[in-house]
Amino acid sequence: MKIAIASGKGGTGKTTVSTNLTSLIAESNNVVLTDLDVEEPNSGLFISGKTLHEEDKFKMIPEWKKDECILCGSCRKVCNFNAVMKLGEMIMVFPELCHGCYACSELCPTKSLPMIPKKMGELKHYKSGNLDFVESKLIIGEEQAVPLIKQTIDYVDENFQKNIIKIFDAPPGTFCPVIEATKDADLILLVTEPTPFGLHDLILAIDTMKELKKEMVVIINRFGIGDANVEKYCEEHDIPIIAEIPNMRKIAEIYSEGNLIYTRIPEVRTQLENIISFISKYQQENVL
Amino acid sequence: MREIVIISGKGGTGKTSITASFAYLGGKDVIVADCDVDAADMHLLMQPDLAGSKDFYSGLLAEINQAKCIKCGKCSQVCRWDAIPVIDNRYVVQPLDCEGCGYCALVCPRDAISMNEQNVGKWFLSNVKTGTKMVHAKLEIGAENSGKLVAKVKNEAKILAEKDGKVIVIVDGSPGIGCPVVSSLSGASYVVLVTEPSVSGIHDLKRVYELVKKFGIKAGCIINKADINSDKTKEIHKFLKEEKLELINEIPYDENFTKAMTMGKTIVEFDNGNIKQILEDSWKIIREV
Repeated sequence: MKIAIASGKGGTGKTTVSTNLTSLIAESNNVVLTDLDVEEPNSGLFISGKTLHEEDKFKMIPEWKKDECILCGSCRKVCNFNAVMKLGEMIMVFPELCHGCYACSELCPTKSLPMIPKKMGELKHYKSGNLDFVESKLIIGEEQAVPLIKQTIDYVDENFQKNIIKIFDAPPGTFCPVIEATKDADLILLVTEPTPFGLHDLILAIDTMKELKKEMVVIINRFGIGDANVEKYCEEHDIPIIAEIPNMRKIAEIYSEGNLIYTRIPEVRTQLENIISFISKYQQENVL
Repeated sequence: MREIVIISGKGGTGKTSITASFAYLGGKDVIVADCDVDAADMHLLMQPDLAGSKDFYSGLLAEINQAKCIKCGKCSQVCRWDAIPVIDNRYVVQPLDCEGCGYCALVCPRDAISMNEQNVGKWFLSNVKTGTKMVHAKLEIGAENSGKLVAKVKNEAKILAEKDGKVIVIVDGSPGIGCPVVSSLSGASYVVLVTEPSVSGIHDLKRVYELVKKFGIKAGCIINKADINSDKTKEIHKFLKEEKLELINEIPYDENFTKAMTMGKTIVEFDNGNIKQILEDSWKIIREV
């Protein structure tokens, strides 16, 4: 079963929920946590384990071989991203603009633009008790998160059985990286905070997940701060709220140190248990 | 004219609340640009009137003319994004998967595929409550190219600033280090990094500052919620010193940020004490950079 934790707004507590939730599940069951916020992955700061596997991740980009090139310029014409330019008697490739569609390479009449791998990030797989933790980190300066997210999900698909609970910590926002991180998920947990910013971005996230035809439920973090409009909205739109994590300065302090919260604050443990029982029920009902 | 970009790496550090406060303090002297287009929230504090709105076209989407299609499947074979599956015995483009590269259209033997520009959202030129103008945008659900929309918003803000003789453009940037942030940073005169003293705040600050360095832009830092963890705050001081980055100011943890937000106000309109003073002092520093 695949569960994605998403939010719309950044900093609402996605990483807090995903690290604490998976650590609590791991007290009695196998679980996989994958950090797909490859631009700024933070889950690893809260989980320590033994490294099982490390690998570099690559995207494919064209490389110009001048010997056979007849400078016909078809590569430049077929590229919709301006990643290939013809300058005088030279063909130049701009790797950061390349989306890796292969058109220039495969349509080149003299095969002068073979695709070569270019490192875009690193994947690490750790193990801590029952918890498998996978994270990928995008190289700074690399603009496209989507290919790395896709390869990270592929790694998880290849290495773990279907029925294991897999939690994916998605990036913030509602655009391409979030869609890539959530499109395979069976269930979406939306973490929000009860504030105008939280609600505004939650609605964007809900609408995006509806577009993807996803089942979703809401977790309110920092419950008690702000106003009641998130609860009102969820009630009006029939979206279940399955947990309310209280607003406490102490939680922010524990988080700031890189520590897990549920082991020290019983109220948080109770809320996480609510999430776990919802997940088990959902898994049974939907045979996932 | 100078462009001041506020970014944070990590979300939830208070970036937008702080940016809106600077916009409020800058008043008529500044143009405001909300480039956090993925989750644009500044309008909730600035109350724009949406006076001028224009469609934003960006990115191409493949469309198959089924009458011309001979079902040879070449389009589907060359697509690296598996965006053209067979559904009910027809090749159908999945808009959310299509990258817009156009390879399918190039290999179609019957010219049955056209690449069409998408209306992916709207951008607005609004009058805001501080007596100035704000450029902001709203993308359609699932639209791509937020990087291009960021570039558009920034560019329109600059044109406006020049036309109206304003000296500063204040830009609320995006989180992360990917394409929207790269777009936010390009052409900036000064970057304000808003962080918080937590393991993740520091981790993300370091990563996003690496990116800022690549652009060679001068930057300063504001530590929000500075009293949550004094050891981590010291760790940030150390990092700033090593990198010769200016510490603009420190702001204590204060739930008035949220209270102000629920009333649609910036914190400087709501708070009359310490926080307001800190933000006024910070704005003086940033304005004079």
